[in-house]
Amino acid sequence: MRWDSVIGLEIHVQLSTVTKIFSGASTLFGAKPNSQACAIDLAMPGTLPVLNSKAVDNAIMLGLAINAEIPPISIFERKNYFYPDLPKGYQTTQLEWPIIGKGKVPIFLKDGTKKEIRIHHAHLEEDAGKSLHSGSFGSGLSGIDLNRAGTPLIEIVTEPDLSSATEAVIFAKKIHSLVTSLGICDGHMAEGSLRFDVNVSVRPNGSTALGTRTETKNLNSFKFMKEAIILEIDRQIEILEDGGTVIQETRLYNGETKTGYSMRSKEEANDYRYFPCPDLLPVKITKSHVQEIQKKLPELPDERSIRLVSEYGIGAFEADILSTSKELSNYFEIVAGKCKNPKQAANWTLGELMGRLNTANLPIMESPVAAEDLGVLVERVCDHTISGKIAKQVFEAMWKGEGTADVIIRDRNLKQLTDLKTLNELVTSVISDNPKMVNDFITSGPQHRKKKLGGLMGQIMRRSKGQADPKRTNDLLARKLCELTNEQED
Amino acid sequence: MHDMSIASQILGLKKREFSSVELTLHYLGRIKRLNPIFNALITVTEEQALESAKRADETLSGNIYNELCGIPVVHKDIFCTRGVKTSCGSKMLHNFVPPYDATVVENLSQAGTVMLGKANMDEFAMGSSNETSFYGPVKNPWDITRVPGGSSGGSAAAVAARMTPAATATDTGGSIRQPAALCGVTGLKPTYGLVSRWGMIAFASSLDQGGPIARTAEDCAILLNTMASYDHRDSTSLKFQEKDYRDEINRSISGCRIGIPREYFSNSLSPSVEATVFKALGVLTDLGAILVDVSLPNTKLSVPAYYVIAPAEASANLARFDGIRFGHRCENPQSLEDLYCRTRAEGFGEEVQRRILIGTYCLSAGYHDAYYKKAQQVRHLIKQDFTEAFSKVDVVASPTCPAPAFKFGEKSDDPVKMYLEDIYTIATNLAGLPGMSIPCGFVDRNPIGLQLIGNYLQEARILNIAHCMQKETDWHNSAPKEHS
Repeated sequence: MRWDSVIGLEIHVQLSTVTKIFSGASTLFGAKPNSQACAIDLAMPGTLPVLNSKAVDNAIMLGLAINAEIPPISIFERKNYFYPDLPKGYQTTQLEWPIIGKGKVPIFLKDGTKKEIRIHHAHLEEDAGKSLHSGSFGSGLSGIDLNRAGTPLIEIVTEPDLSSATEAVIFAKKIHSLVTSLGICDGHMAEGSLRFDVNVSVRPNGSTALGTRTETKNLNSFKFMKEAIILEIDRQIEILEDGGTVIQETRLYNGETKTGYSMRSKEEANDYRYFPCPDLLPVKITKSHVQEIQKKLPELPDERSIRLVSEYGIGAFEADILSTSKELSNYFEIVAGKCKNPKQAANWTLGELMGRLNTANLPIMESPVAAEDLGVLVERVCDHTISGKIAKQVFEAMWKGEGTADVIIRDRNLKQLTDLKTLNELVTSVISDNPKMVNDFITSGPQHRKKKLGGLMGQIMRRSKGQADPKRTNDLLARKLCELTNEQED
Repeated sequence: MHDMSIASQILGLKKREFSSVELTLHYLGRIKRLNPIFNALITVTEEQALESAKRADETLSGNIYNELCGIPVVHKDIFCTRGVKTSCGSKMLHNFVPPYDATVVENLSQAGTVMLGKANMDEFAMGSSNETSFYGPVKNPWDITRVPGGSSGGSAAAVAARMTPAATATDTGGSIRQPAALCGVTGLKPTYGLVSRWGMIAFASSLDQGGPIARTAEDCAILLNTMASYDHRDSTSLKFQEKDYRDEINRSISGCRIGIPREYFSNSLSPSVEATVFKALGVLTDLGAILVDVSLPNTKLSVPAYYVIAPAEASANLARFDGIRFGHRCENPQSLEDLYCRTRAEGFGEEVQRRILIGTYCLSAGYHDAYYKKAQQVRHLIKQDFTEAFSKVDVVASPTCPAPAFKFGEKSDDPVKMYLEDIYTIATNLAGLPGMSIPCGFVDRNPIGLQLIGNYLQEARILNIAHCMQKETDWHNSAPKEHS
């Protein structure tokens, strides 16, 4: 049987406000444990929360960016459960009246099709502290760090509109790009600034009824998210194909061992006893306040993407990736401006450059190759000074800091042979030095000739140290071989 | 000196008839003698009090000072006091010393008041007799075999026994008014949001409100002037027009319409209390006030609604007492669950545990709508009852409690009987209205309280009526017999 997978995401976005959502303590990451927890964060008796209006404004910005309804009133509720890193014994969050209502986020798939992912809602809440089970506490002891307690979070909940791990990652990257473009989240996934819970179920291909879902919690990288989804889909299919049933449960994924395991089943789930928090007033948001924030909204990835397509004529898929961050699209625009060939600029930025950056785990701002310099390199490809293949060598050298494209091309004498007379001599000499290969070409059927021609091209390129203009050389060689074949047949 | 009102003590200090140190020493002396009898204070801050008094005397020698400067006060042990143990009447917080002052404490200390100590109370303000305190019950100064009321029993008894001229208190369902009535003193629960809840240990956040207990309405007005403040640290704090609550205190009450809710004068009211209250109301009609029959039809629903909402909020508010960061922690916990279970079983008394269980139950899946949601709807109806009543009258008057102070142990085995003690006071908290209790006579030498309920932010109006009555009567000046 073939199976379809159905995926929904819950995304926790840590807001980069200076202070916590209900107290004046700092939210800075990496401080000494418990040095950024004030009396309110410690839930000392008699302390009270006061809502950080910056967190509300951040939520409104996100709401606008995901084309969502922003209801005039939202309410904070208490979600009750006991845990040592939850000082009050309840989390202040939103349930029935979230700050952001229904919305939608378009994503672009690799084949260029657009898919709209519906947002169920997004709500504001406080983060818990951290329990540390390993450390220098002595055996059997755990530590609690409440620095994170009270850090503002927005949780974005999607409808189950994603149908593969790849789609889920495209969507997750889109959200990452949105919140960082808005400047409401630093996007540092390794520090937990963006965390994903994935709800996964499978159903027979074509079926419309939803299968039993599981939730895998707390994935903090796109890679782990993808792996966890694929693993979970496979696990569920295997269970169902063996005639079993999937149990509704909360699961965890270990990115080190690449394994998933159950955390608790639905039966073990807490009764959180939600009720409106009497210490906080309902949050009122006026239309005029929303309009004010709308005016100050920066260029969003989607707007940027549409502009890149219309201004540069590149594909929607490429434009969408380039638009994920302002830094990346700025980089592209500089390359394109320099080389006057936006398509090549997009290819080089997304291909060679991003490939190297990803491998080196570097952000675009720290690229060893400056946009202007990459622009010159691409320009040299476009004006046939060097071939694409040579350009990759030049790029390698530029990456290592060995100079600009022009310097490297000059110093290493990499300039492409374009002169017809020289190329002609080169082709003729290779033909006369390789009679067997030429003969093979002539005697083989037309369907094999392309391969045979490739062999001779290889010889030519080797002899020219890769500097022969491939297109011109290829044309010359083809013409020459054609003539020889005709002579033979005559 | 201890028979003087705050208003007269202010004059005495001003005229240098006595110093704050003298006044403070006088009360400390009385506390030393009387507290072993009444158990009204959990902590006495003698040294600190004398230092504050000295500072107050220095300030008083200048030209600019708050009128309360140099006046001794006692704070209910629910208000956090920096560097001074704040137990909330519980074993759970027997070792808790807050690093901050409650806003109420801060306001009063900045005004130059002298803290004498911390008043005993029902554990976490849950009780109407002061029998639930970890520190033992407070005795009613009028009859030490009777309860002082609760939860602010220590505050009311301390004022009644002249161990302090003023005390802070809190009222969630009657915890200022009922003990004030039972101890024959004057207590005011302001409009919800008028007095900041910052630093006031929460019982039921949407109902809790701090206020003063003193001997007279005028003294309560003076105290309220300093206690009431908009506080950005309390999101439910009101931005109100500041005023001097004494300004209108002498206004004529001729023509004032006083609503008598017929539901409050029902079978559960003791006939002698009813007669006493009507006699006091007669004083007001003699001054030109008009009694008007009003109806608060949902009155009978107020106690059940309250005992859903208050425990529900308490169940969450008290979850922070988990033995992890402060307060009591059990010995040698074997696991996290063991730590929670034993810490809370040992740290909380029976009544607190009962209310946490009730509240948890009312919020649980499957019961939430039938209890919590229903109770919220009732709360709305009760507010409407008052809105309707206040369209016809200026204030509403009733007995504060259905009967005088009862004997120790009389109701402690029957929670429902105890909960009905607050039958006339609870609706005010559900509606968020200001209410006060003033002494209005005696039944068998036990004090009886008259409750006045005002419309939102109409504290000045009820203080005005109370003051006019106190000018005509002497009940508030009666003192229990001196113990030696």
